[in-house]
Amino acid sequence: MSAATLFNKDADRVAPDTRHRGIIQTAMGKYETVRDVRKNWFQDWEGARNLAARTKFESVNHLDKHLAEFVSKLEARGTKVHWASTAQQARDIILGILREKDAKVVVKSKAMTSEEIHLNDAMEHAGYEVVESDLGEFIVQLRKEAPYHLVFPAMHLTRGEIQETFREKLHENPSDEPEELTMVARRVMRQKYLQADVGITGANFAVAETGMISITENEGNARLTAALPKTMITLVGIEKILPRFDDLALFLPMLAVMGTGQALTCYNTMYGGPKQPGECDGPEEFHVVLLDNQRTALLADAEQRDALGCIRCGACLNVCPVFRNVGGHTYGTVYGGPIGSVITPHLRGLQQWKHLSYASSLCGACTETCPVKIDLHHHLLQNRRNASQGAHAKPVWWQKIAFKIFAPFANNAGLWSLLTKLGRFGQIFHGLVKGSVIDPAKAWTKTRELPPVAAQSFREWWDARKK
Amino acid sequence: MKISLFIPCFVDLMFPQVGISMVRIFEKLGHEVDVPKAPACCGQPAFNTGYWDESREIAVNIMESFREAEAVVVPSGSCGAMMKVFYTQLFAGTKHEAVARSLSPKCHEFSSFLVNELGVTDLGAQFPHRVTFHDGCHGLRELKNKRPPRELLAKVRGLELVEMHEAETCCGFGGTFSAKFPAISTAMGEVKCASALKTKTDYIVSCDSSCLMQIQGLADKQKQRVKTIHLAELLAQP
Repeated sequence: MSAATLFNKDADRVAPDTRHRGIIQTAMGKYETVRDVRKNWFQDWEGARNLAARTKFESVNHLDKHLAEFVSKLEARGTKVHWASTAQQARDIILGILREKDAKVVVKSKAMTSEEIHLNDAMEHAGYEVVESDLGEFIVQLRKEAPYHLVFPAMHLTRGEIQETFREKLHENPSDEPEELTMVARRVMRQKYLQADVGITGANFAVAETGMISITENEGNARLTAALPKTMITLVGIEKILPRFDDLALFLPMLAVMGTGQALTCYNTMYGGPKQPGECDGPEEFHVVLLDNQRTALLADAEQRDALGCIRCGACLNVCPVFRNVGGHTYGTVYGGPIGSVITPHLRGLQQWKHLSYASSLCGACTETCPVKIDLHHHLLQNRRNASQGAHAKPVWWQKIAFKIFAPFANNAGLWSLLTKLGRFGQIFHGLVKGSVIDPAKAWTKTRELPPVAAQSFREWWDARKK
Repeated sequence: MKISLFIPCFVDLMFPQVGISMVRIFEKLGHEVDVPKAPACCGQPAFNTGYWDESREIAVNIMESFREAEAVVVPSGSCGAMMKVFYTQLFAGTKHEAVARSLSPKCHEFSSFLVNELGVTDLGAQFPHRVTFHDGCHGLRELKNKRPPRELLAKVRGLELVEMHEAETCCGFGGTFSAKFPAISTAMGEVKCASALKTKTDYIVSCDSSCLMQIQGLADKQKQRVKTIHLAELLAQP
């Protein structure tokens, strides 16, 4: 089944599900309230957005320079840096390190980039035990589901469902109180941290100036992932670069506010390398895997390269009425919501994923909220155009013909008048088939009434009045 | 002032009263009104579907018919945004780019034209009802048109405006989106209707008949007691 067919099938199932709608609306309602409180703590939120957008844009426009600086600073402190052009290369590099370290157990902190390259599947397939340590990721991993949301992987689940999952998969018997559920997960994870040979993290930011990985989290699990196993691997998309250390002063609170509505996330840690001589803790080896995986192709797109500025805060998902109604899993790809609908056609193929760019009312709530001012909904329009005309186009023939036929009717007063009369005539018969399978307007009439063509159209009124 | 009206296709066919109300309002204010006979569509359906060449076949005639116009007023934030904002992108790098650029500042959505260009907020209208206002997305976000409709409503005798929680949330219409993804579009419309119903108002008012067609169509099918009215029709109430 094609990605588009699957999307439509899942959307048709989830969108009318009022239970799902209720769960997401409640969660998002709480998020919106705290987000707005914390946004107001900024002296000038719009100014902060402008600065963030400029910083990120400058950063991706000079990615070559910043990456070179980032790597040289990392290597100077003994970090091993790997370059991966494709998902396959990144997986091979990481599996190579696991083999070399003779690893058995791998503990991971939350990393959407690892979802992007399907790293868990590859590691499990190769025989490693992989444990997600972010609570939400841990829950969806137990359920063999993909993360539902960039920031809240298990937001679609109720406490009762999580309780049920723990009973079934961990053979524990907690109540549905969050504290008790968390204690169960904590007990399981602590054991895994101690057993793990390798810890794998993602990165929220990669600071070029100091050669540091910045990781933001609320549970302390990324710190344990980084600190306890002897080997640490960080998988990072090349676009995560920030030029200066000082940039974090803006981006850390911004990410927290837009991601979760916090002033700052609980733990913000900078990782600058493996354990240095004289230091008492930290991993003995630190590997950084820099991932391209079509990011440079997006960089080459002058119209849409600002999409590389995305800090994965998830704010555009949270305000998107499409996301809120179809849910994260319907997108069928790691990056859901507006940003996913923009970048997935670039990362995974325009023709195969263009349906995501069409599945939008173009309301623009995403662009309005984006902290780094990515022109999201206009990029959806550009993807639609690129899918229909130009070098990579595969126009849908009947759509093209329909618009071709419509044009002369719209352009000519006589033909428009004819169309008006045809419409009036046609709707006499439309009543006979309305809402049925042979109704040509069934996509509309199945759930909505269609207003009739007026007895006198505006143009007919105007003509009659002038006489 | 001579005011040229652009009456979008669906307003012409299904909501003529919106256009008629605009004519009456502007004539009452002492302006001369003109309506070119064609084209009947702004070209947005083809544009939004990605068929920019086909969209230009219509849009170029729109620009031609309004070349000499002093002001072009559109009773729709969506079509208004198409002409004011998107034509310049549609024609960027073509020989018509300059024409698109010269049309843009002359183009106005109905409520913003009244308030920002004519400086009129009180039209002497009476509408003794409680109403809630739905912000059409294009009017709100492409045209930044939050304030004008509310200023106009504030001056209507007997009217009480009750804002709904999700006034700025899309109704789910989205043009061809509503037919391409009917389940998503319908779910969005249901969220909108529920939010409007919570205000316990008599009417949902908007600057876009297309949004109202979605909201009313859904409410009628579900037998919910929702009444919708375009701002122009409301303001034309004596």
